[in-house]
Amino acid sequence: MNWQIHLPALALAVPLLGAFVSPVAGLGGRLTRNAWMVLVSMATTAICILLWQRVVAGGTVVYVMGAEAWNITLPSGLSWPIRIILEVDAFSAFMVVVGSIAALAGAFFSLRFMDKFTGLEKFSALFFLLVTGMLGMQLTGDLFNFFVFLEIASVASFGLIAFWRDRPEAVEASFKYMVVSTISAMFVLIAVGFFYGRYNAVNIAAVARMLHMGYAEKIALVFIVVSLAMKCGAVPMHMWTPDAYAEAPAGVTCLLVAVSQASLYGLFRVCFSLYGASLGSTVVPWTIIVMGVLSMFIGVTMAVIQKEMKRLMAYHSVSQIGYILMALGVGLLSLKDPQAMADYGFTAMKGGIFHIINYTMYKGLLFLTAGAVFYSAGTRNLNELGGLARVMPLTTFMFAIAAAAIAGLPPFNGFVSKLLIYQSTFAVYPLLAVAALVTSVLTLASFVKVFQTAFLGPAKKTFEKVTEVPASMLLGMSVLTIVIVALTLFPGWTLSHLVEPAAKALVDQAGYISAVMGGGL
Amino acid sequence: MNPLSVVVRTICDIFAWFMGIFGVYIIIHGHLTPGGGFQGGAVVATMAAFLLVAYGGKKVLSFVRPGFYSGMETAGLLLFITAGFLGMGTTFFYNFLAGRGGLFGAVVPIGPNSGILNSAGTISVMNIAVGLEVIGGLSLILIYMFKGIRLFDDHAGRSESGHDR
Repeated sequence: MNWQIHLPALALAVPLLGAFVSPVAGLGGRLTRNAWMVLVSMATTAICILLWQRVVAGGTVVYVMGAEAWNITLPSGLSWPIRIILEVDAFSAFMVVVGSIAALAGAFFSLRFMDKFTGLEKFSALFFLLVTGMLGMQLTGDLFNFFVFLEIASVASFGLIAFWRDRPEAVEASFKYMVVSTISAMFVLIAVGFFYGRYNAVNIAAVARMLHMGYAEKIALVFIVVSLAMKCGAVPMHMWTPDAYAEAPAGVTCLLVAVSQASLYGLFRVCFSLYGASLGSTVVPWTIIVMGVLSMFIGVTMAVIQKEMKRLMAYHSVSQIGYILMALGVGLLSLKDPQAMADYGFTAMKGGIFHIINYTMYKGLLFLTAGAVFYSAGTRNLNELGGLARVMPLTTFMFAIAAAAIAGLPPFNGFVSKLLIYQSTFAVYPLLAVAALVTSVLTLASFVKVFQTAFLGPAKKTFEKVTEVPASMLLGMSVLTIVIVALTLFPGWTLSHLVEPAAKALVDQAGYISAVMGGGL
Repeated sequence: MNPLSVVVRTICDIFAWFMGIFGVYIIIHGHLTPGGGFQGGAVVATMAAFLLVAYGGKKVLSFVRPGFYSGMETAGLLLFITAGFLGMGTTFFYNFLAGRGGLFGAVVPIGPNSGILNSAGTISVMNIAVGLEVIGGLSLILIYMFKGIRLFDDHAGRSESGHDR
């Protein structure tokens, strides 16, 4: 039997095995534990890339857990799917590739970064649990399982954010994140309850086929949009992001960025694949667009004034999430009108999806460089830092690449996705493109500030003994640097092979439904 | 926390065992009656709470080390994921033991019956795995909460005082 049919299950089973074996691997000492961490994260990334290849080559993949065969979605002629079903279309496959690369970089980086702490076998267990939760949210075809994986990811993050447990700020950040996550997870659960009550089903494809817009569906949609926007840090609910991102260890922050993308994935999966054309009015798309614009602008204005390196970057992630929300909101707005979709909607979606991979890669890299600076210089305060380019040339080089990419300087990948977003949103409402441009300028301004104060300038006496970070940390950062450079050099290939299939899959609601429900009736 | 009176300790000596047995009953009947690994594990873990209240934390930590519960937790998790992987010949989590005879695979006759305990295949194995994990995890939480109280006492610089003496 072809083992590749098991890829969707393996993508969850391997990191889960990694988490469960970690306490045992920790008994063998530091070397065994690190080897296990590297092995599992590399295997997970390889599985995700193979899965993506298979989906792009052969269309949507389904996997039924525990059934007599992997593809029996409707057993014994029933018209409802009854088991746990994983459904992987091109958009999910794209997201798991992005997430697993960020996890790989975070794992490499954490090997040495965390060595001041005890209890590292628990760190590695929680780390892989977080990876499992993230991948599960992106792979599952079932609303209730989405909630389960959301909880797995949240609970693992609570522990990881507070891992710096001698800092009261870390415990506070973790508690704040715990409150926000629990509230949003309960909202999701209530929404799932509405679907279960109305349709006796929680499978996304099964519910989508039967969906008629009524009060219950509208309430469920509000709950899901609000809670998942909260989890990905869009503006009115962004207060947890700066604390959580700044206080988590850098390798974890890199992964948390990818996890927030999984919430974003859930938001758009529900809007496009579950509701789709039956969304009716333009209220929800415009809500998402307005949330996006607010996130962009408020996030970046808060970032410019920050003095602490990681906090500044955390506010930037709020503003970058805004770009993605705005672009995909425009796509959602034009969903019912084929002409508008062809004119600007599809371009906006390509821009938004391209921005997801760009954002995860450069933001992960920025957080890792901030962690590297903290590891070597011992402070993240921009008023104290200075002249680090002399002693940390490689970190400086990678920081410069990431900063240029996030600011959208022309040759870099950030420019490509932002250009697509400017073009398409201009057609909807010119002010959107103006807001995006202003945000981009302010982003550039704040990263010029960081680059200037932390890395340039005369060498400071206090940082005379600072050296470049260890090789494994450089390796973690270079994983992301290589991806950024590749995206920069081959934007055409990326657009046609990675982004376009994902955007097509997101728009194609009928395809998503028939992959599960096709065999029945 | 100091030990409570001899009455409490004697009652605990007798009833802690019943609680343990009842929890195990819930775990292994998970596929037939309400409950299962998590619920049964929680009942068994109340044994740790019972002992902590009746005997006080120092005594309980001399009975059993936290490492024992950690090991239980790890064993449960490994058993669970192994049961999932062993079904991989068909699909992940496939119930490869059901209907094969043996300890877990009794064949259920067609028609009404009172429920056959050893018929559930890997579901029983997973219930036991989850049970082990929850016993270990919840007991550890209780023990660490107790250690938190100790920490607080040390900071205040005063010795412990019992409830009833």
